[in-house]
Amino acid sequence: MSEQAEPETLVTADMIERKGVWGEPRVSPPVSESDIRKWAIAVYWPETPPAIFWDAAYAAGTRWASTIAPPDFNPFAWPIVTKKPKSAPEPAAQGEVKTRKLRGMNGGQVETYGVPMRAGDVITARNRLRDWEERQTRLGHTLFTYSELEWRNQDGELIKRRVSTAIRY
Amino acid sequence: MANNVYFEDVSVGDKLPEWSRKTDFMNWNRYAAVNDEFVYIHMDDEAGRKGLNEQGAFGMGNLRYAYIVNALQSWIGDEAEVREIGCQFRAINQKNDVLTVVGTVTATEVVDGEHRITLDIDVVNQKGEPTCPGHAIVAVPSRAA
Repeated sequence: MSEQAEPETLVTADMIERKGVWGEPRVSPPVSESDIRKWAIAVYWPETPPAIFWDAAYAAGTRWASTIAPPDFNPFAWPIVTKKPKSAPEPAAQGEVKTRKLRGMNGGQVETYGVPMRAGDVITARNRLRDWEERQTRLGHTLFTYSELEWRNQDGELIKRRVSTAIRY
Repeated sequence: MANNVYFEDVSVGDKLPEWSRKTDFMNWNRYAAVNDEFVYIHMDDEAGRKGLNEQGAFGMGNLRYAYIVNALQSWIGDEAEVREIGCQFRAINQKNDVLTVVGTVTATEVVDGEHRITLDIDVVNQKGEPTCPGHAIVAVPSRAA
């Protein structure tokens, strides 16, 4: 009787343990008008960015009643980096998942937006491994993992949800 | 003008007005500064070549994503909302590339009372090569509201 081969899988025990489990949240510094203005200047360079991102008088007459940030604005840029205390959680507790060391590539992302960010907002982010699938591709046996990032403001309103696809083979 | 587009005025097959940028270190360095994205492959030609891009340093995917947002927001106006963007980074943004965001309306529908337009989108370079295919959904006002 021939020996039956074990089914091939790239899924790790850590992935199974972490599936659907939110990591520890991260909290942004308060968003400032200046952060938003500089961001808008950078992404619209060399043209003047739209007034909704920097002109309070104009923005007051819109449905938003104040300036808002572009949807792609990152309130987590420029963190204060300190030496990790011994009591700090391991990366897995922050939503990171140990996977096998394989070749990989970015499989893209989908971002869904809720309410816009404004000056004064404090954004809380959390991550989790949402799901995965394995299938045969031209790369061979391939693992697609779907990670979810969620941002909410200080009122609990959804700012955005990003689902990123990582491809490993 | 805050409202550029009304739901009733958009049809499947309509084109997104094109939005372009010529990209080089003037754009990339400013983006690195605001996003704290100081990565050698985006700053230094030698590092870019070591990163297997023969032409040297190359642009950030996040900035290309921002250009998609800008193109959509420019079209719909300040009071309408970008609701969703999905894309895949398929090609490198080389120095001095002229990137143009293009899009075509594929659906219009009312979801939970929100008037939504779905588009196929891409960011093409000056050779017409697709670099970032995907989709977008925007929520716009209705003339009936």
